[in-house]
Amino acid sequence: MEHDIVIIGGGPAGLAAAIAAREAGASDILILEREKELGGILNQCIHNGFGLHTFKEELTGPEYAARYIVKVKEMGIPYLLSTTVVDLQREGDGITVTSVSKKDGLLQTRAKAVVLAMGCRERPRGALNIPGTRPAGIFSAGTAQRLVNLEGYMPGKRVVILGSGDIGLIMARRMTLEGAKVLCVAELQPYSGGLKRNIVQCLDDYGIPLKLSHTVVDIRGKERVTGVTIARVGEDLRPIPGTEEDYDCDTLLLSVGLLPENELSRAVGVDIAPVTGGPVVNESLETNIPGVFACGNVLHVHDLVDYVSQEAAGAGRNAARYVLGERAPGGAGIPIVPAGAVRYTVPCTIDPERMDGEATVRFRVGRNMRKAVVTLRAGDKELIRRKRPVMAPGEMEQLTIKREWLTGGGEALALEAREEE
Amino acid sequence: MKIYDVLIIGAGVTGCAVARELSRYKGSFLVAERAPDVCEGTSKANSAIMHAGFDAEPGSLKARMNVKGNKMMDRLSEELDIPFKRIGALVVCLSEEGLPKLRELYDRGIENGVEGLSLLTGDEAREIEPNLTGEVCGALLAKTSGIVCPFELTLGLGESAAKNGVEFRFDTRVTGLRREGDCWAASTDNGDILAKTVVNAAGVYAGELHNMVCEDKLRITPRKGEYCLLDRTAGGHVSHTVFQLPGKLGKGVLVSPTVHGNLLLGPTAADVEDPETANTTAGGLKEVAEKSGWAVRDIPMRQVITSFMGLRAHEDSDDFILGESAEGFFDAAGIESPGLTSAPAIGEYLAGLIAEKLELSPNESFDPIRKGVPKVADMPIEERAALIKRDPCYGNIICRCEEVSEGEILDAVHGILGARTLDGVKRRTRAGMGRCQAGFCSPRVMEILSRELSLDLTEIRKSGKDSQIVLERTRKEGE
Repeated sequence: MEHDIVIIGGGPAGLAAAIAAREAGASDILILEREKELGGILNQCIHNGFGLHTFKEELTGPEYAARYIVKVKEMGIPYLLSTTVVDLQREGDGITVTSVSKKDGLLQTRAKAVVLAMGCRERPRGALNIPGTRPAGIFSAGTAQRLVNLEGYMPGKRVVILGSGDIGLIMARRMTLEGAKVLCVAELQPYSGGLKRNIVQCLDDYGIPLKLSHTVVDIRGKERVTGVTIARVGEDLRPIPGTEEDYDCDTLLLSVGLLPENELSRAVGVDIAPVTGGPVVNESLETNIPGVFACGNVLHVHDLVDYVSQEAAGAGRNAARYVLGERAPGGAGIPIVPAGAVRYTVPCTIDPERMDGEATVRFRVGRNMRKAVVTLRAGDKELIRRKRPVMAPGEMEQLTIKREWLTGGGEALALEAREEE
Repeated sequence: MKIYDVLIIGAGVTGCAVARELSRYKGSFLVAERAPDVCEGTSKANSAIMHAGFDAEPGSLKARMNVKGNKMMDRLSEELDIPFKRIGALVVCLSEEGLPKLRELYDRGIENGVEGLSLLTGDEAREIEPNLTGEVCGALLAKTSGIVCPFELTLGLGESAAKNGVEFRFDTRVTGLRREGDCWAASTDNGDILAKTVVNAAGVYAGELHNMVCEDKLRITPRKGEYCLLDRTAGGHVSHTVFQLPGKLGKGVLVSPTVHGNLLLGPTAADVEDPETANTTAGGLKEVAEKSGWAVRDIPMRQVITSFMGLRAHEDSDDFILGESAEGFFDAAGIESPGLTSAPAIGEYLAGLIAEKLELSPNESFDPIRKGVPKVADMPIEERAALIKRDPCYGNIICRCEEVSEGEILDAVHGILGARTLDGVKRRTRAGMGRCQAGFCSPRVMEILSRELSLDLTEIRKSGKDSQIVLERTRKEGE
């Protein structure tokens, strides 16, 4: 089998990439999705709040996904469901995509370009090395969400949640609405990694305490969880002896971070950035492997699906240009160097010859800041200076770089966030 | 009531090995296990090493069984279709003062009949194992040391036994033993069992069982060992099992690749009272991280995917207790390290004693071959394509991290000792053992178990009877 563009993953990123690639003129596109339906993780996100930026209304996850799924179907873009990609390899100037499914068996598809849109997975308990027993009743928040929203089963009745990522916050409300008692949400950091609106709407409105600078130091129960112990942590994030509090509960939910799912990217030789866990990409969202593009949570974990869709549309457009031979010959890109509190940027480099009139740079800061200032400099020249009253690690930031700013040669760009002096 | 020739108490690696060896004879054999599956106690949580045999006291049962068991593994792993790799072990010495001890270990190994031993300088050791620390000043290389999957070894032995006629009764805890005529009567929480002979392979409970019926008492102390398991990306950090020679800092821990490509660190050693102990501790896990760094540098501790602990059944005499301790009562007690390695030899030894006592005749139809669940992801692509064509279930990926298909899970559920729990599926197929630790696949595996075993989702357990995963439906019918 041969296709111009193969898109791996039919979640929000893959769908938006497919639509944009078709709109940019690519006719031969195939989406490979491992679930029974398109839509990805949105299918289990039945709460609302999706699409405020894109559609100016509050949609549920499935509603947001449906807007894109309908379009993909209208455009007649082919897709295979219940199909898992198990390998990616470079062959000649293309990529061989190996997938398996019940219906089609083992397929090897030759693609001129591939868009990586596999999303991310949740960090498990093991990654935190929490001591204690290993009973039933410990779930990642997303697994619990699937059990409640898709399967219709309650994972537990008395719940402690570790981690105040958005899924944890959403699940605190969800479990409460389903009749469970959520005893508290403990967060290791002195701040929440979730959106402010979720803290208000999911915890405060239900009287669920958020315990910042706390972590789980023990899990009890041999077969099913019978309790956990929470302790305060110091500035070094280590538990402070004597601050332990025991909670009797049957369930521990973990919302302790998301990890981009890049096994396939690694298999094909894509360079992975240590900070994001996602591919290193240029302005076209292209990786170091020509013709391999990445977008959405496989690239870096997003807060809002709207930005996933925007980003993915860019990857789709660029994949289309690549296969249609419409791209300007590229030079060495200009690196964007994170400085101050900025932890990373996506993209990592910008080639003015290949960018559109404007390019969006997305980034996160590594600490909570008040009265912050964000600057973008090329050498001594300040291109952007923007005041931000509050910045937080949990909120993805973005700014726009104009092509005309980058005519002065290949000098590296420095993107810095710091407190105002 | 049926009178069995042999009742084996415990379906760990020792009990299963005895059962398989007994099935070479004609007779009626029953394994009673308190857990819902094989390999639920000491056998499931250990270092997964096939020790060479240089460590045990010459002349001890440990030394004999270890060396013999190690030699049996090549053939056994082929017969049982289980992964086994002789990767070799290095016992590293971290100070000049320790070198004579290393030499002693070498001499002891020679006396025990261990082949393939050699002494290396620190530099020679670093040449074959570049991530050893600069402190390593000498090493004993044991080429016959290997790694194995303890679940698959135990399951392989158990399934082979079952295939050759041994019965298994799970969720059956022996609570008492008494003589009834020429027989032993075992009371259990799942009906009484009569047998001419009993094998005590009860792990940390072997002392309790022995003391019910024997005059001379055993004292078995559960010795807790904590481990950390690292992601496959860290599996190549060392290529041998690296032990530390006990030195002035203490005993150290091992660093070893696993047979599935992960990296294993541990164990600690702490005696505990409660044989039901199941918890890791902050102190223990910290100790594992610190001590593994003495011998091996730059271990990527950020790649830890899980930590766990196991209990070793340590007997005061410091040796295995094997043989007929009371009339028709055979002990396999005090089976701590090197118990996994020794199990095949212990099985052969005890089965031989019992066969002699009961005058059992050979079972001509004994079939040594057992096939495991196929590992679809490891197959060459044409073979995989052909298999999926034959049975499309092998094309439906359920566990993304370890790339386990629905077909493999169905094989595990419908095997001769079929999996009935999430842990049972995990140990047979590796579904849930990868880096996401079952976050993705557990609802999918639950669905398959529910469908295949005709159970409601609320009846699906992780392992024991009180380990339900989901508690109730979110909404009752009609709401």
